[in-house]
Amino acid sequence: MNRSMRPLLATVAIFLVAYAAAVFQFPGLLSTRVLGNFLTDNAFLGITAVGMTFVIISGGIDLSVGAVIGFTGVLVAVLISSFGLHPLVAFAIAFVVAALFGAAMGLAIHYLEVPAFIVTLAGMFLARGGASVITQDSVPINNEFYTMISSLYFRLPGGGRLSFVGLLMIAVFVFGAILAHRTRFGSYVYALGGNATSASLMGVPVARTTVQIYMLSSVLACLAGIVFSLYTSAGYPLAAVGVELDAIGAVVIGGTLLTGGYGFVFGTFVGVMLLGLVQTYIIFDGTLSSWWTKIVIGILLFLFIVLQRLVFAASARGDRSSETA
Amino acid sequence: MTRISFGRILNTQTIALVSVLLLNWILFPGFFKIEWQDGRLFGSLIDVLNRGAPVAILAIGMTAVIATKGVDLSVGAVMAMSGAVAATLVVAGYSGPVAVGGALAVGLACGLWNGILVAVLDIQPIIATLVLMVAGRGIAQLITEGSIVTFSDPTLIFIGTGSFLGMPMPVVIAFALMVLVTLAVRKTAIGLFIEAVGINRSAATLAGIRSRLLLISVYSVSGLCAAIAGIIVAGDIRGADANNAGLWLELDAILAAVIGGTSLLGGRFSIPMSVIGALIIQAMNTGILVSGYPPEFNLVVKAGIITVILMIQSPLAGQVLGFFGRKKSGASR
Repeated sequence: MNRSMRPLLATVAIFLVAYAAAVFQFPGLLSTRVLGNFLTDNAFLGITAVGMTFVIISGGIDLSVGAVIGFTGVLVAVLISSFGLHPLVAFAIAFVVAALFGAAMGLAIHYLEVPAFIVTLAGMFLARGGASVITQDSVPINNEFYTMISSLYFRLPGGGRLSFVGLLMIAVFVFGAILAHRTRFGSYVYALGGNATSASLMGVPVARTTVQIYMLSSVLACLAGIVFSLYTSAGYPLAAVGVELDAIGAVVIGGTLLTGGYGFVFGTFVGVMLLGLVQTYIIFDGTLSSWWTKIVIGILLFLFIVLQRLVFAASARGDRSSETA
Repeated sequence: MTRISFGRILNTQTIALVSVLLLNWILFPGFFKIEWQDGRLFGSLIDVLNRGAPVAILAIGMTAVIATKGVDLSVGAVMAMSGAVAATLVVAGYSGPVAVGGALAVGLACGLWNGILVAVLDIQPIIATLVLMVAGRGIAQLITEGSIVTFSDPTLIFIGTGSFLGMPMPVVIAFALMVLVTLAVRKTAIGLFIEAVGINRSAATLAGIRSRLLLISVYSVSGLCAAIAGIIVAGDIRGADANNAGLWLELDAILAAVIGGTSLLGGRFSIPMSVIGALIIQAMNTGILVSGYPPEFNLVVKAGIITVILMIQSPLAGQVLGFFGRKKSGASR
C-alpha cells in the first residue's frame, strides 16, 4: 500500500467512525434527507475549500476567500436588482472581477516577495471593504432565473433532495481532483509546495503558476459566493465572515500539510463533510449550545495534526529502515 | 543595537505615522488639540494612543513570536478568554486583583499550550495556534455562558479607563510593557537568541541555545500580552463580550508587526517599531472616523495603505529605488 495515502485513509476512517457513532445515537442521521442537506448546506464551504487546497498544497494561504464570497454576493445582487442584468451576465462580470483580484494577489506575492499571509490579508480588507462601499444593507434578489436554479433538485430514494448546488459542489471536487492529480498545472502546484527553488530550477514557471493558483482560489470563492447568494437569495457585505478559517480547517483535517507539497482534494471533501457532521450532530442533539461547535472543531483540528505527525514520523522511520534493510 | 535604532529614527514607519497624522490634521483641523480635564489629558491624539494600546500590547508579544519564524493566531481568542475569566471571577465575588491574576494565568496557560505544540510536538505555528483560535472563542463563550458578563469592579475598570499621571491607563501599560520587553531583548542576549532561532532553529540548537525553552517562553509572553489586552478591553466596556472581544485583532497585531518592519520569515524584529505600526493602524481608523468619511471606507483605505507600505518595503522596490536610496544615504554621510 502507498504510504503517502495513510493520513487520507485515517481521515476517512475517522469520518466513518464518527458518522457511525452519530447514527447509533440518532438513527435519523442516516436518511437521504440529512445526507442531501449535508451537501446543500456545505456547498459554498466545499467549493471554497477546493481552491484553498490548491493554495495550501503550493505552500501558500488565502485569507481573502470569505471576503470574496461576501463581495461576490453583493456585486451579483446589485447587478441583478439595481441594474436589471440577467443573472448569467452578472455571474460573468463577477468571475472576471474575481479572476483579476486573484491575479493581482498572485502577482504581488510573486513579484513583491511579500508573504501570502499578508497579501491575502490586505486582499481580505479590500474585498470586505469594497462590499461595504457598494452597499451596507442586505440586497434581496428577486429573479425568476434565481428561484428556478435554487429550487432545482433531484429526488433521492427516501425523500432526500440532491440540490443543484450540492451537485455543483461535487462537480467542483471532481474537477479539482482531476486538475490536481492529472494535469501539468497540478504537478506544478505540488512541485512549488515541495520546494519552490528546486521547482524553479526544474523549469516550473513559478510566476505563472503562482498567479494561476490564486486566480483559481478567487474564482472558486466567487463561485461559492454565487452559491451562497442562491442559498440565501440575497447579497450581504458581512456574509461568510470567517469562512476562510473553516476552509483552512477542512483542508487540514483532510490531511493536506500546511507546509505544502502534500495533500489530496478528496481529503478536503471528507474534511468538509466532517465539519458538516459536527454541526448537524449539534443541531440534532438540541441541548448543546452553538459554541460547542467551535470547541469540537478545535479539538478535531488538534487531533488530526497530532495524528498526522505520528503517521509521518512512523512512515519516515519505516522508509529509513527499509533503506537500510 | 541602540546606535543603529537611533540612526533609523527617520525610517519608513515613522514617516508613515507622521504623514497619516498630518493627513488627519488636514482633514480635521482640531486633531492635534490636547486638553487637560479632570486630571487627565484629552484629545484625538490621546485617543489614538488609548485605542491603539490593546493592538500595541498584542503586537509586542506577536513581534517576539514572529521573530522566531512563528505566528500566534490565537491572541484574539485569548483576549476573549481572559476577559471572560476576569469578569466571571469578579461577578462570583472574588476581588479585582484575584480576577486580574486569574486572567493572566489563563493567558500564560494558553501561551504554554501554544509553545508546547510548536516547540515539543513540532507543529507548524500557524496551525498550532489556529487550534486555540477556533476553540478559544468557544471556550470563552462557555465561560460566560453565551451572555455578556457586566461588572462594576473598580480595579478592572481602572485598568480599562483609569489614568496615571494624566495618561490613560492602557497607554501607560502598553508603554511600560514596550520598555520592559525591549530592554529584556536588547540589553540581554535573549534578543539575539530569538533571532538565531528564527533564522535557523537547528543551527541555533546546535550552537547551544535551548531553543525549546526559548520558544515556549516566547509564546507564553505572547499569551500574557493577549491576557493583558483582554483585561483592558473588558475593563473599558465594563463587561466581557466573548463574541466580539479581540475579534480579528490577531490580524491587526500581525499587520502592526509587519508594517513595523519585522520579517515574517523570522530573524529580524523591532518591538518599538511594531508599536508604531499599531499606532499607524489606529491613526488610520481614528482619522477616518474624525474626518467624517463613511466608516465603510475604513477597510478599503486600510488595504490601500498596507499595499503602499508593503510595496515600499519589498525587495523589488529596493532595486527600483536603489538609485535614489544610494543618493540619499550618500548625502547623509
